[in-house]
Amino acid sequence: VAGGPECDVCYWLVEDTQEKEGILPERAEEAKLKAKYPSLGQKPGGSDFLMKRLQKGQKYFDSGDYNMAKAKMKNKQLPSAGPDKSLVTGDHIPTPQDLPQRKSSLVTSKLAGGQVE
Amino acid sequence: MFPKFSLRSMFHGAGGGNDIQWCFSQVKGAVDDDVAEADIISTVEFNHSGELLATGDKGGRVVIFQQEQENKIQSHSRGEYNVYSTFQSHEPEFDYLKSLEIEEKINKIRWLPQKNAAQFLLSTNDKTIKLWKISERDKRPEGYNLKEEDGRYRDPTTVTTLRVPVFRPMDLMVEASPRRIFANAHTYHINSISINSDYETYLSADDLRINLWHLEITDRSFNIVDIKPANMEELTEVITAAEFHPNSCNTFVYSSSKGTIRLCDMRASALCDRHSKLFEEPEDPSNRSFFSEIISSISDVKFSHSGRYMMTRDYLSVKIWDLNMENRPVETYQVHEYLRSKLCSLYENDCIFDKFECCWNGSDSVVMTGSYNNFFRMFDRNTKRDITLEASRENNKPRTVLKPRKVCASGKRKKDEISVDSLDFNKKILHTAWHPKENIIAVATTNNLYIFQDKVN
Repeated sequence: VAGGPECDVCYWLVEDTQEKEGILPERAEEAKLKAKYPSLGQKPGGSDFLMKRLQKGQKYFDSGDYNMAKAKMKNKQLPSAGPDKSLVTGDHIPTPQDLPQRKSSLVTSKLAGGQVE
Repeated sequence: MFPKFSLRSMFHGAGGGNDIQWCFSQVKGAVDDDVAEADIISTVEFNHSGELLATGDKGGRVVIFQQEQENKIQSHSRGEYNVYSTFQSHEPEFDYLKSLEIEEKINKIRWLPQKNAAQFLLSTNDKTIKLWKISERDKRPEGYNLKEEDGRYRDPTTVTTLRVPVFRPMDLMVEASPRRIFANAHTYHINSISINSDYETYLSADDLRINLWHLEITDRSFNIVDIKPANMEELTEVITAAEFHPNSCNTFVYSSSKGTIRLCDMRASALCDRHSKLFEEPEDPSNRSFFSEIISSISDVKFSHSGRYMMTRDYLSVKIWDLNMENRPVETYQVHEYLRSKLCSLYENDCIFDKFECCWNGSDSVVMTGSYNNFFRMFDRNTKRDITLEASRENNKPRTVLKPRKVCASGKRKKDEISVDSLDFNKKILHTAWHPKENIIAVATTNNLYIFQDKVN
């Protein structure tokens, strides 16, 4: 990779020659991650992220789901994960308290010198 | 080819910097640190002449700035950009069938070339593309027979003479009106729109499909790429960006989350599932880690103005590809290689999924992209020199030359350097744009728009 003396890449190359043989920074980071989350999938960062990406978007619920979940909650506490953390609605049915407020009025952008709310 | 060198660097000394000296010009947006989500800038785009600069935000609003006419006497700097028009492009919607909220965030804005007095642009959120007409009104009819000037109707019995209404000048009013709404064609989230060089059609791309539209027709579109597998469990990659070739109306490219780019020719077949060219850099399998695929995901693809090259942005680098060579890029520039030893924490705070864009200058000699800590980087393809600059209100005076920044990757930090651990990963520059003809750049921080120009002596 071309780069003059100012180029950031030189720092990395210098580091590389000082690394223990066979341990790249990326691998070291991977080891760190696996140590923290041993249950992390064997497959390298692939389809979990893709499914998450495809399902991006605030999911709501219908009253049937809600009442079922309320009935279950009498027996055990459901984890209150934020909606983005879950891949599918699955176990966690959002409750009205979990949902962000719908936006009210639409004001002029501050880039155009709009009012500060 | 001999590398270009500028006369300026010969006389003033190379000094380690680029040939161009960038100066602060303007900053738009609120000063306060408490950023409302709606104010997060999500796209920035100059029009074909560079006279207009459009921004889109998370609140679904578009703000267009216009460059004022150059002051011939004061040739210190080029015209300033002032607000020209602002409108609400998209509003939050709700898909009741899928129980999903549709964000109003503007993902992309693309300008049409100007054909008449009005300006046209396409803006899109996750699901719907809209064609907006922006027109000026500087005259209004006055002297109606049956109406007073304030609009009240006159008593017809009081009318004794007739007159012909005439147009009189009025204060300039800029109106934006939606002329076409292209809806209900995308199951997944739209990431790109691109206008064809025929100026009649355009493409829209979501995670799994690409559609071709005619600008006049809103009730149908043609599906030209479909990578959805029959069984969704077999899904291994998604479409991340797509663009039409600037000159060949039959050619477009799309990039993937696996770091590949496919070039398709619409003359080959109606459904371009089979690519004409596949651009992919071979990976050394011994280097593979959990992060490899994530950081190879291409967040942006842009053709050069010439159409000979295309540029891709992945998490750590910018690559220039020659369309005639599929097996590797011709140039690779490291944006922030020091982050490679921070991938674990960048994965934990989701920054590893940030989608940075990239852009070419008008002559295709310099490319630019954003980074963290409100830094942005430029790479000169001819001199092979690069520079890191910061978008900050600290360099607020017009014509102040920006000081180059340096990140210290390890150990001994020199004076004026910033260490990797001090970088603010919440201050990310995802969107940048370069004026098509001049050295004027627009750089978006989270909620502010900076305009920089090169020093004019």
